[in-house]
Amino acid sequence: MFNPLKIFKTIPEQIIRLLLIFAGVIAALIIARHLFIPASFGKLGHYRADALDEIKSLPVQYAGRDQCAECHEDKIAILNSSYHKGLSCEACHGPGVKHVAAGGDYELLMPVKREFCHKCHAFLEARPTGFPQIDTITHNPNKPCIKCHNPHNPTPPSPPSECGVCHRSIESMKSVSPHNSLQCTTCHAAPREHKLNPRKYLPSKPSAREFCGKCHTKNAVASKEIPRIDMDKHGNTYVCWECHYPHSPQAE
Amino acid sequence: MKEKTKNNKLNRREVLKKLGKYLPSAGLLWIASSKLALPAEENGKKHNYGMGVYIKRCIGCGRCANACKEENNVPRDPFFYRTWIERYAVNMDGEVSVQSPNGGIDGFSPMEATRTLLKSFFVPKLCNHCDNPPCVQVCPVGATFKSPEGVILVDEKYCIGCRYCIQACPYGARYFHPEKKVADKCTFCYHRITKGLRPACVEVCPTNARVFGDLHTLSSPLLRFKRMNDIHVLKPDLNTEPKVYYANMDGVVR
Repeated sequence: MFNPLKIFKTIPEQIIRLLLIFAGVIAALIIARHLFIPASFGKLGHYRADALDEIKSLPVQYAGRDQCAECHEDKIAILNSSYHKGLSCEACHGPGVKHVAAGGDYELLMPVKREFCHKCHAFLEARPTGFPQIDTITHNPNKPCIKCHNPHNPTPPSPPSECGVCHRSIESMKSVSPHNSLQCTTCHAAPREHKLNPRKYLPSKPSAREFCGKCHTKNAVASKEIPRIDMDKHGNTYVCWECHYPHSPQAE
Repeated sequence: MKEKTKNNKLNRREVLKKLGKYLPSAGLLWIASSKLALPAEENGKKHNYGMGVYIKRCIGCGRCANACKEENNVPRDPFFYRTWIERYAVNMDGEVSVQSPNGGIDGFSPMEATRTLLKSFFVPKLCNHCDNPPCVQVCPVGATFKSPEGVILVDEKYCIGCRYCIQACPYGARYFHPEKKVADKCTFCYHRITKGLRPACVEVCPTNARVFGDLHTLSSPLLRFKRMNDIHVLKPDLNTEPKVYYANMDGVVR
């Protein structure tokens, strides 16, 4: 009753030809897909899995500080007890894999110019306060930094006398403010140790309204140009520096 | 039904009915279990790498951008960066200016001290290795992809250079390599991290402003970074779920 061969024979010839062409095209597509899509494609996801190994095998240029420590223990020991303890050797000396591979015969960078140290230590407004920064024009001009500072232990030969060496942004802000004639020490008592061990010994900060009142109350004994206010009526419960930034005070 | 309870036996009709009911669901379960199973884990551990950036530690020295070019053979000309530094300056009237001369490699020029400048800070930028990466979505050939470690990579042999991904990245983290004629981007130094080294930018950062780590390891420095700091990511509204985290980042940063 149901004979596939009989049904097949009833299909017109042009339809069979068309079907054969379709079958051929589909077969060609399957072969092309097989040839063009890389073997590892789709193994891990919609990408060529072999690419992972290719990227993994790229050459390494920076050896890392552990590698440096294998031969230069002495230098690392000095570095670790200095302000530069967090610094990687290759930050200054450049990529060191070739140096390691050549057993030390490949010369690394030895930056000696002022400009190199300036990359980190020239004053910029955006640098965090407390980070040592110098005025490149006035700080021993034209003298290489390494004459006074050993790069592996950069503590200056004598503690800096100016606060601005580390707090340049505050100093530069103060210099264009009405408080420009005030010394830092007028408001902050800095222990001598602060200059040698800055984070352990912190300078003091004024804690009471009365401190500002020494110059700014109505009957204070101070120059007449200084703006005066009635401390009892002005500012409510706020302390002065909650509104007036002392390094750039604004009265308006 | 009556017959069945009587003999406590299934007849042919019942068996066929039950088969019709349960076979498709069994097949569905089998397909689902094979599709949902996690990919094979390397060394029995699955990594998910990310990076943390302390905005307040960055001094804008550009050593990271420089080291990145050295390590990854990025063209030396300006405008080709895998990582770069931006300097933000916020004025009293809310005006924000952003500068990044040569990606910060040559440093920044000093700004004039003015009383209208509220604050200024540096922001290191790089590929955010998004958990939901738009660049991978748009690639027409599957040349950019998320590795099993959660790192977004480019297969430079398979990339056709159509630049869709460069357009799609909301962070501008990709560039068109002028010689290879393919898209190129930060790989978290994939060739280093798979050998146990830190990315080059993290290695050379003099103030340790960058923290690299694995989000799947409890003792990872990155998890500590996330635990101890107020974290923000760039453009969270885009739902890209970035894996570069910024500590104490100001809202003006885009």
